[in-house]
Amino acid sequence: MRKSNMWLGALAAGAILLAAAEAKTLINAAGATFPYPIYGKWFEEYGKKNIDVQINYQSIGSGGGIRQLTEGTVDFGASDMPMTDEQIGKVKVKPLHFPTVLGGLVPTYNLPGVTQDLKFTPEALAGIYLGKIKKWNDPALKGTNPGVNLPDTDIIVVHRSDGSGTTFVFTDYLSKVSGEWKKDVGANTSVKWPTGVGQKGNEFVAGFVKQTPNSIGYVELIYAVQNKMGYGAMKNAAGVFLKADFDSVTEAAAGAAKSMPDDFRVSITNAPGKKAYPISSFTWLLIPSKIDDAAKKKAITEFLHWMLADGQKYAAGLGYAPLPKEVVAKELKAISLIQ
Amino acid sequence: MAPSSTISARPTSGARAFLQRLASGDEIARLVTAAFAGCILLATVGVIWELWVNSTLARHKFGLSLLTSSDWDAVAGQFGALPFIYGTVVTSLVALLIAVPVGLGAAIFLAELAPAKISSTFTFFIELLAAVPSVIYGVLAIFTLVPLMRDYVEPALKKTLGFLPIFSGTILGVGYLTAGVILALMVLPFIISISREALLEVPTEQREAALALGCTRWESTWQVVVPYARLGIFGSIFLGLARALGETMCVTMVIGNDPSIHTSLFAPGYTIAAILANEFSEATGDLYLHSLVALGLILFLLTIVINAMARLLIIATTRRGSGHP
Amino acid sequence: MTLRNRWRKALSMVMLSLTGVCAVLAVSVLFLILGYLVYNGWRSVDWNFFTKLPKPPGETGGGMANAIAGSAQIVLIAIVIGLPIGFMAGVYLSEFGGKIFASIVRYMADLLNGVPSIVIGIFAWSVVVVPMGHFSALAGGVALSLILIPITARSTEQFLSTVPQTLREGALALGASKWKTIATVVVPAAYRGIATGMILGVARISGETAPLLFTSLNNQFWSAGWNQPTASLPIMIYSHAQAPYDDWHRQAWAGGLVLLAMVLTTNIAARWILSRGISVQKG
Repeated sequence: MRKSNMWLGALAAGAILLAAAEAKTLINAAGATFPYPIYGKWFEEYGKKNIDVQINYQSIGSGGGIRQLTEGTVDFGASDMPMTDEQIGKVKVKPLHFPTVLGGLVPTYNLPGVTQDLKFTPEALAGIYLGKIKKWNDPALKGTNPGVNLPDTDIIVVHRSDGSGTTFVFTDYLSKVSGEWKKDVGANTSVKWPTGVGQKGNEFVAGFVKQTPNSIGYVELIYAVQNKMGYGAMKNAAGVFLKADFDSVTEAAAGAAKSMPDDFRVSITNAPGKKAYPISSFTWLLIPSKIDDAAKKKAITEFLHWMLADGQKYAAGLGYAPLPKEVVAKELKAISLIQ
Repeated sequence: MAPSSTISARPTSGARAFLQRLASGDEIARLVTAAFAGCILLATVGVIWELWVNSTLARHKFGLSLLTSSDWDAVAGQFGALPFIYGTVVTSLVALLIAVPVGLGAAIFLAELAPAKISSTFTFFIELLAAVPSVIYGVLAIFTLVPLMRDYVEPALKKTLGFLPIFSGTILGVGYLTAGVILALMVLPFIISISREALLEVPTEQREAALALGCTRWESTWQVVVPYARLGIFGSIFLGLARALGETMCVTMVIGNDPSIHTSLFAPGYTIAAILANEFSEATGDLYLHSLVALGLILFLLTIVINAMARLLIIATTRRGSGHP
Repeated sequence: MTLRNRWRKALSMVMLSLTGVCAVLAVSVLFLILGYLVYNGWRSVDWNFFTKLPKPPGETGGGMANAIAGSAQIVLIAIVIGLPIGFMAGVYLSEFGGKIFASIVRYMADLLNGVPSIVIGIFAWSVVVVPMGHFSALAGGVALSLILIPITARSTEQFLSTVPQTLREGALALGASKWKTIATVVVPAAYRGIATGMILGVARISGETAPLLFTSLNNQFWSAGWNQPTASLPIMIYSHAQAPYDDWHRQAWAGGLVLLAMVLTTNIAARWILSRGISVQKG
């Protein structure tokens, strides 16, 4: 009964898919959740324009992307944390880093009854994640947010449970602004969190914060914006409270753009400048420097060209900032390094 | 005419005999089906082998401290399984504490009190409950159970029993208690259906004797019938426990993913199955991966032991006298 | 009546009604689950859901068509691998089994049955994904077949052993060889039970998520073949339910409803087949 239906359905589906699949170059990629909204858009749009290429991207976290790339189970990876020399050494074919967009990491929170945007100092944010600031109406938070009716409730801290480039950007920033954080916790894709609940991916962190009153989490800007969640302004290195947006994130990369190293591995957290958003980051695609399959190599290099030109136009609409011109020019030259 | 071996006595051993048996087709059938049965052997041995081999680095580096250390630090390369063993055990215990009384009560009702029609209808529905996939329990847990625990149940527990360390601390909605509750729902149908069968096996003479001696219906049930069926009931509990230990999806969605040990049931934790689901596809580095597989091995061994005890207990009661292994 | 007896009688009534409450509670859980899924999901189970591919995060209007097809594909692979092995093993255990080998196989089947599905996923990963070099529907199918095999084997054995010995003896007396007897007499006599066991097993693996997490992974597009990562309904539900997007939540409920409806109708149908078989045999 059910089995024969399944047979017919699967047979039909299989026939159709086989016919369609034979013509396509299939590329599998995995990695960061930070840029997933724009990557998802890119791969869909690119696939519409180039029907013979299908790029399947799975957002499993930067740690997962690096691991799958190292094992060769994907054709390319994606990460918000540049690979360390040690990690690069473990991959059979040396991976090249290609920045794709700039993103801003925001402290998003769920405070029913609080409609104003909260302001966070670096010390306050570190204190919350260290477990030292336990309640929303703590003096440290009240001081920066006069006039806001902060409730007398416990802060529910949410962090990443998986190996995350977003975590790296966040902890990299906290290490720069808090000596205690640097000493006790440090910066990496996976750290020993002093407190809080873990969730997998930007998606599940945002999902949990959205569902749980009195919670706070760190996510890429677009996740907070798309889901109409409140997010705070951060005090940057120049002492100005700024929310993440197109201008402030672009400004954060301004300095790095001019002094970009050849391998594109750079950190732009806590960037100087009055208008720079302090928790900003590049995010990278990790492309093997040698791709044996000619069809895949063609597809990937063509995609990179598209990404650096047309792809950048989608950034602003999705809450990311496009790459600075100098970086794009440098990358176009670097594509020729892929053999 | 010389007597032909096919007419008088067939050779019963040796290559000739084998070839003759082969000709009849039966031997082929036997060998073919035995080969398929051997696949099961191969698969099971393969699972154990792969688990053992792929956890070598971790076992050699940490030895027994893998089981006793509560330090899970991917960056520093330190892996201890204790928080996950703790979480697995605690959530399963909470699940049993809820599911056993309710399950046993329901089984008693269905076996002793309910008229046959109601009993079979209810049992039918309860067995359907066992077929609900874990991920669906998880979805329901996130959207209905977690808010319920966070907004009503846990605050109520904290207000009344907050002096106990297990009911103290920040209320998140996710954590050991919520995971235990959802596990209880998953385990309930097994306890009910197997306990009910064990209770039905109890000979009516036992009940009648108790009632004849002046017991109330409850006393006869609780003090005579249930003890008589206790082996099967314990078997059902162990089976439920084995199920709870290995349950992955719904627990992952509500446990809170914190690789530390907390005394409070409101706190977030981690189980072996949950960390495997979350971190397996991204473990960078061989030691990390091997440590995760080692966790899988621990879980596997745990479930083998519990399952074996369950089967022994259940077989002892429900297969009494049939001689079936 | 003495006070003590009155107390005992009262206690009896209270405890027995409590057991009734427990039973009602247990049954109501099923209806609560169904109710929630229907309430939250039925509006979203529309044409889009069955025909559209998922959209990038934040956009509305996608569906889970590829997940449904993908699940069908993975389950089909599991059926092709698992049912024959399970069935034949069950035939061996019931009809040919000697003492030692058969008991070992039975014990191993029970062991395999008790392995948590996430550990099965690890095994399939190390045995299929790693040598192949990538995730695939095949790996997912292999993982699910490992769950299907012991279930099928044990239920096949169970139903074959209920066939009266007289049937076998009659056929043998008429001159049929053993394998002919099994194929033409014994198996057909037990076909209802065997089919039921198989259907229930397939329903069970269709809902499994954990073994697919790192074997077939996921795919936003239609599956490109048995050796490519493939979307599946349980995985889609899992990822959509915990994401922040309301549209994805809507789809998760719809997906859950579709999955549950499929699993429950299969279970009910299987039991109905079995119950009819039993009454036919008795009569």
